[in-house]
Amino acid sequence: MFTDDAGKGGIAAGGPGNSAESNRRTGGDLVQLVTPGGERVSHPEFDPWLQDVTDEQLGALYEDMVVIRRIDAEATALQRQGELALWPPLLGQEASQIGSARALRDDDFVFPSYRDNGVAYCRGVNPEDIVKAWRGNALAGWDPYTVNVATQQIIIGAQTLHATGYAMGIQNDGADSVAVAYFGDGATSEGDVNEALVFAASFQAPVVFFCQNNHWAISEPVRLQSHIQIADRAAGFGIPSMRVDGNDVLAVMAATRIAIDRARHGGGPTFIEAVTYRMGPHTTADDPTRYRDANELEDWAAKDPIARLKSLLERKGLLTEDLETAVAAKADAVAKALRAGTINMPEPQPMDIFKHVYSTPNSSLERQQDHYSRYLASFGDPAEAASEEGAR
Amino acid sequence: MTKMTFARAINSGLRKSLENDPKVILMGEDIGALGGVFRVTDGLQKDFGKHRVVDTPLAESGIMGTAVGLAYRGYRPVVEIQFDGFIYPAFDQIVSQVAKMHYRTQGAVKMPITIRVPFGGGIGSPEHHSESPEAYFTHTSGLRVISVSNPQDAYTMIQQAIASDDPVLYFEPKRRYHDKGEVDETLELSAALSLEKARVVTEGTDVTLVAYGPLVKTAKDAALAAADEGVSIEVIDLRSLAPLDFATLEASVRKTGRLVITHEASQTGGIGAEVAASITERCFYHLEAAPVRVTGFDVPYPYSKLEMHHLPGLDRILDGVDRALGRPNSLSGLEG
Repeated sequence: MFTDDAGKGGIAAGGPGNSAESNRRTGGDLVQLVTPGGERVSHPEFDPWLQDVTDEQLGALYEDMVVIRRIDAEATALQRQGELALWPPLLGQEASQIGSARALRDDDFVFPSYRDNGVAYCRGVNPEDIVKAWRGNALAGWDPYTVNVATQQIIIGAQTLHATGYAMGIQNDGADSVAVAYFGDGATSEGDVNEALVFAASFQAPVVFFCQNNHWAISEPVRLQSHIQIADRAAGFGIPSMRVDGNDVLAVMAATRIAIDRARHGGGPTFIEAVTYRMGPHTTADDPTRYRDANELEDWAAKDPIARLKSLLERKGLLTEDLETAVAAKADAVAKALRAGTINMPEPQPMDIFKHVYSTPNSSLERQQDHYSRYLASFGDPAEAASEEGAR
Repeated sequence: MTKMTFARAINSGLRKSLENDPKVILMGEDIGALGGVFRVTDGLQKDFGKHRVVDTPLAESGIMGTAVGLAYRGYRPVVEIQFDGFIYPAFDQIVSQVAKMHYRTQGAVKMPITIRVPFGGGIGSPEHHSESPEAYFTHTSGLRVISVSNPQDAYTMIQQAIASDDPVLYFEPKRRYHDKGEVDETLELSAALSLEKARVVTEGTDVTLVAYGPLVKTAKDAALAAADEGVSIEVIDLRSLAPLDFATLEASVRKTGRLVITHEASQTGGIGAEVAASITERCFYHLEAAPVRVTGFDVPYPYSKLEMHHLPGLDRILDGVDRALGRPNSLSGLEG
């Protein structure tokens, strides 16, 4: 890995009609393959990357998007009902997350942010594990190695460096998997993201930077983060980039496949800007009516990613009653299981607070643990003592 | 036994770790062809290649964050922070990621990262090159913090740090890099004193003097000087700053009844404060006097012509010892 191989293309890319070098585009026009009205428009560069997508797979993408929107709505409801402390909705970003996540191989490794629940879902994370941290039952809901998804990062942009380092490790191992960093438009202002781009370029690490430009970083509009289009920033680092319609699941999938293929075959990092929109609040604690115009929301509602794919399916005669029934049933079942799983989630135990701080025994912490255990025991029933403790 | 400098001992320990475990990777600024600004990694890139001894771009958060990713992938990164005062850009990655990842993932993801930090003053450097930032890290759960005081420990403890599944900050006293000492390079890690143990380096009966890193030598010199006056000082080298080895500290204070702690770092919220508070809690009835701290002042690290006023030297330490013993000292008449 590292400096020895920097800049070398490695094995020729296997993409249809493309090589890793031939399409090192930078930013440019927004790539859209399906119009908001559901019309498929051809694109000579991107179309070849979708040739193998079957009608059945189009239906599966539709199902994924409907299900993740349902999970999102259910989680929002659970928060409103006091079952979750907080929830960061992804409403509006379904195509960006599903289209990109479905372009990955199982052994690729994802470093997501807290809003990338659609990505986690596609990778096989159990929906109740997705909400576990938001219920306060854990800091993170899953073992990253079982699904090849890191825990969702809350420090903005920090995970882009983790993805880059992981990719350097892949390179050193001589493996052909890829690391993918998910982050938002706000994150591109962070030093860590810029440092990640520097490291990724210098070492030509097999990493994809997938930026969902959802136009808002809590209350701050994207124009405050970047004076130029975000995808165009990549050129300064010597990293090829693409700017795609993030509400167009096919454009997102094609772009991600191009980037993954390049990384897999020694072509180094790629930056993708998926232009989408956060239809909901930043989190359930946010109030977007204080800072954004209702007209803007209306404009973006007309570009809804699920309605768009649905129209495409309709035009292609694929939106059968069977499909709609099956998708609705799946969404209902997942939501029902999520609700039950959340409400019945086992409560953590007071002494769990001391677990896993270190890998190896730590004398100072053991003393505090011992003292708190004695303190709890002094009340008789430790569980009761803990609930009283919390109420004070 | 081989006589070698402190810096050479670290180099030898790094070499051994690189030989023993293919997952060990060194990362840092100028650590390759140059061998680091202090030459601690001298020759390692030549022998192990650019894949294992990696010159990185000049971005400390970038180095630390990519080390996190490498650890995620199963590597054991050893990061060199060029100077103590350059660690702050990496602070977020260390505190929010390196320290917390194991806890966050309930033990699924380990962070066996070693962070080498040349620290402390006394070499006439400009600003940001002489600091002692260890307390920022001892305050952070999830990190182990150690400081080495002699070539033998430098050699063994760097290997122990790298072998540890926990993240370890390894503070190297840069003004001692050229000090020489005997190093047993055949010492097996399993036979070496454990990473979280303090060591009694000079036995004594009248007062316990606690030091670490660069001031262990000064403390030993102070003990020699005090012996001439009939005062018996027990010097303890903490070695581990987090966790602290209270068993060793308590045993000593129960014997001497008096405690003096010295470090280059500023006083407020420092290691000395934690040692004093904890020892007071644990063996109050064995103390004959209030614990005494002899430390750097609560000032930004001063310009180099004044640094010897800031750094505790032999005389200031002995003055502190006199306070602990109730002998005439610089504050006589002021204390209640």
